[in-house]
Amino acid sequence: MRELDLPDLDDLARGAALLGSGGGGDPYIGTLLARAAITRHGPVRVVTVEELPPDALVVPVSMLGAPTVGVEKLPSGKEVHAALRALERVLGRAATHLVAIEIGGGNSMVPVAAAAETGLPLLDADAMGRAFPEAQMVLPTLSGISTTPMTVADDKGNTAVIDAVSNHWAERIARAICGEAGCSVYTADTVLTAAQARDTLVLGTLTLAQRAGAAIRLARAGHADPVRAVTDLLGGAVLAAGKVVDVSRATTGGFARGEAVVHGPDGTLVLSFQNEHLVARLADRVVATTPDLICVVDTETGEPVTTEALRYGFRVTVLGLPCDPRWTSPEGLALVGPPAFGYDCGYRPLPS
Amino acid sequence: MRIGIDVGGTNTDAVLVSDVDTVLASVKTPTTADVTTGVAAAIAAVAGQARGGISAVMIGTTHFTNAVVEARRLTPTAAVRLGLPATAALPPFTDWPDRLREAVGGRWYLAHGGNEYDGTELSALRPEELKRIAAEIAAAGITSVALSSVFSPVTAEQELQAARILTEEVPGLRVSCSHSIGRIGLLERENATILNAALVDLAEHIVTAFGAAIAGCGIQAPLLLSQNDGTLMDVSHARSFPVLTFASGPTNSMRGAAYLSGLADCAVIDVGGTTADIGVLAAGFPREASTAADIGGVRTNFRMPDVLPIGIGGGSLVRGTEVGPDSVGYQLTERALVFGGDTLTATDLAVAAGRADIGDRSLVAHLEQSFVDATLERISLRLAESVDRMRISADPLPVVVVGGGSVLVPDALPGLPDLRRPAHHAVANALGAAIAEVGGEVDRVFQVPDGRRTAVLDEARSEAVARAEAAGAKPGTVRVVEVEEVPLAYLPGGATRIKVKAVGELRRA
Repeated sequence: MRELDLPDLDDLARGAALLGSGGGGDPYIGTLLARAAITRHGPVRVVTVEELPPDALVVPVSMLGAPTVGVEKLPSGKEVHAALRALERVLGRAATHLVAIEIGGGNSMVPVAAAAETGLPLLDADAMGRAFPEAQMVLPTLSGISTTPMTVADDKGNTAVIDAVSNHWAERIARAICGEAGCSVYTADTVLTAAQARDTLVLGTLTLAQRAGAAIRLARAGHADPVRAVTDLLGGAVLAAGKVVDVSRATTGGFARGEAVVHGPDGTLVLSFQNEHLVARLADRVVATTPDLICVVDTETGEPVTTEALRYGFRVTVLGLPCDPRWTSPEGLALVGPPAFGYDCGYRPLPS
Repeated sequence: MRIGIDVGGTNTDAVLVSDVDTVLASVKTPTTADVTTGVAAAIAAVAGQARGGISAVMIGTTHFTNAVVEARRLTPTAAVRLGLPATAALPPFTDWPDRLREAVGGRWYLAHGGNEYDGTELSALRPEELKRIAAEIAAAGITSVALSSVFSPVTAEQELQAARILTEEVPGLRVSCSHSIGRIGLLERENATILNAALVDLAEHIVTAFGAAIAGCGIQAPLLLSQNDGTLMDVSHARSFPVLTFASGPTNSMRGAAYLSGLADCAVIDVGGTTADIGVLAAGFPREASTAADIGGVRTNFRMPDVLPIGIGGGSLVRGTEVGPDSVGYQLTERALVFGGDTLTATDLAVAAGRADIGDRSLVAHLEQSFVDATLERISLRLAESVDRMRISADPLPVVVVGGGSVLVPDALPGLPDLRRPAHHAVANALGAAIAEVGGEVDRVFQVPDGRRTAVLDEARSEAVARAEAAGAKPGTVRVVEVEEVPLAYLPGGATRIKVKAVGELRRA
């Protein structure tokens, strides 16, 4: 057990923005929520999977909705509680631990705030090892674990319970409810036993994000190379370093799709992104794809650059970080490989 | 003829321009502690050279930014937010520095109200709740309120209705509404609105003092203030929206510099004593910063010019081949080698290379030519890189260089062969104020159903033009200078943020 306290939040947010692969939204609001909750209720207890009692009931909590709404219609602060209580009523027992559904952007901070408010310990893990846009895109799906029962709570106090025939349907129904509720809701879903948490989650990612954030901060303070600090910690490959010379965006089928072109000494890298960076091509050859993490950082400062913030002139380094190996199984790739996002290329392992 | 004035921390500059915008006279005077004296002196200096009447006086000032940065002369302000039951998790004044929060009193209220992203009601206004808040505000002696409401940039009705209730209950209460000040992003828009509300008394004072300074010079012409987007606002608007003057200095400087070169699309490098400020203009206006702007430690999101400062100026210290970021600043004329001082500065290098004739050149004759050239080359490279960082396309981009430290910049920069140094560049700020036009802007989320994009864009365009005319632009001269549309992720109904800016000539009385 360790404590997560106020001074840790900025590192965690920075590291989560990095592991968010350009998606997950700006963690600013999430950081403020976590700060407010910890200020009021004290630090969060973080536990490892080894510390889970056998009868633990681990519940991922997260925000679902549009980033634009998230920065405008701020939460009441009661949503996560309401979603959790509704889920507990359905299950007939209480949650013992909370966990992040994804380690990327704002959703890395939501369970921190919730853990401080509820007093529940936070499991050092997440269900993706990165960020993805949809509820079924989690490793537990590969092990046949159901997203539902899933509960959804809005700012007004409404809650809904979803029982769906598949995790894809859970996503579709939750998304419809989210739209009716003003495009910003909180969810509790994908309930896990201690054994399931151990077998299906990516472990230690909260600590990893925090360490990545600290590594960037310390490298900068010590005038060292922050990009090197990241690769030293997380492994992976530098796909390209250079200048962003073109960014184009368009909306098709409800998703913002874009391309960014990075021109550097090693050639021209084209990044295809939606909410996250999904495919990287160097001289028309695919060099990295989802589900591996394609992360863009400011070459000078090491600060992660989100897909929304990318623009002409940025000096960036594009990193390919290996995803959890379970994602590269045939089932994993069917769920989150390039075709799942409408790209016609296959999965390409990172260059070693 | 018009007079343009820039009130900076150190100098107050003024220019007299003709009706076709040629510079007839200019002056630089020290900014005085009471400000008004300096402004009056600057006006008198240029007005004396006017042949014929003055039709307008335009002033750009740093007063309001300074008041926030120094946390002085601020009006005690209450923040009232419509959004319950949502938003309670992060109340107004979240993430404010203590000093500034204390300076404005830090009083806040949450009330029911607000809208969803598509304009439907989040919750209904409760007049009784607002009346209760009004009573508390009155009892506390608060005279200025910052009113915010969830999604007011989509629909402002609730803010307007709440403002009516509050002012009916508390006669004389000044209410700043967030929809007039910022964009989507509740905390940042609310923060900017609180700063605005805290500046209303100072605005009243400043506007009155400027008016008196103009009248004292025997000039009967309207007073207009520079806004940070390069357009003007009249006195009544300035009284209500002082926060819109923030960062008008860099905007005026860039626009003035571009105008002097006859360019509408260019990069501007303004080299001062300590830093070089770099910006890019499109259609005569600086690009807006896309990131949150920090003012006195408070995060805001209203339009600010995108300026990249780098630590290179005329007074920058030279150590080895490293230049800056520290500088001898205003002590250049005592500490630089060419003035008999003991500190090697960037200006000394420019003199040694024969680019400038400042001070005594023999005092830098001992510097190795190869060292001087190599160090100046590094300065050029850093400036060129910074311009490259700010540009938005690979198209050729002319560069306009202004400011006291511009002697550091050679006749061409790597990759940027078209470099211009206009005359009168020392008063580019004041000129930027004098040539400003009147603008109107639309910036909010529209629903854009399939096949309706053109119609929705046209609607936004007409609205921007109408706003410019309402703000005092001459009908028939108004043109749209910027259209931006950003589709919003995860939102149904084709929700799109559309921003349109229109400007036109000032209507003459």
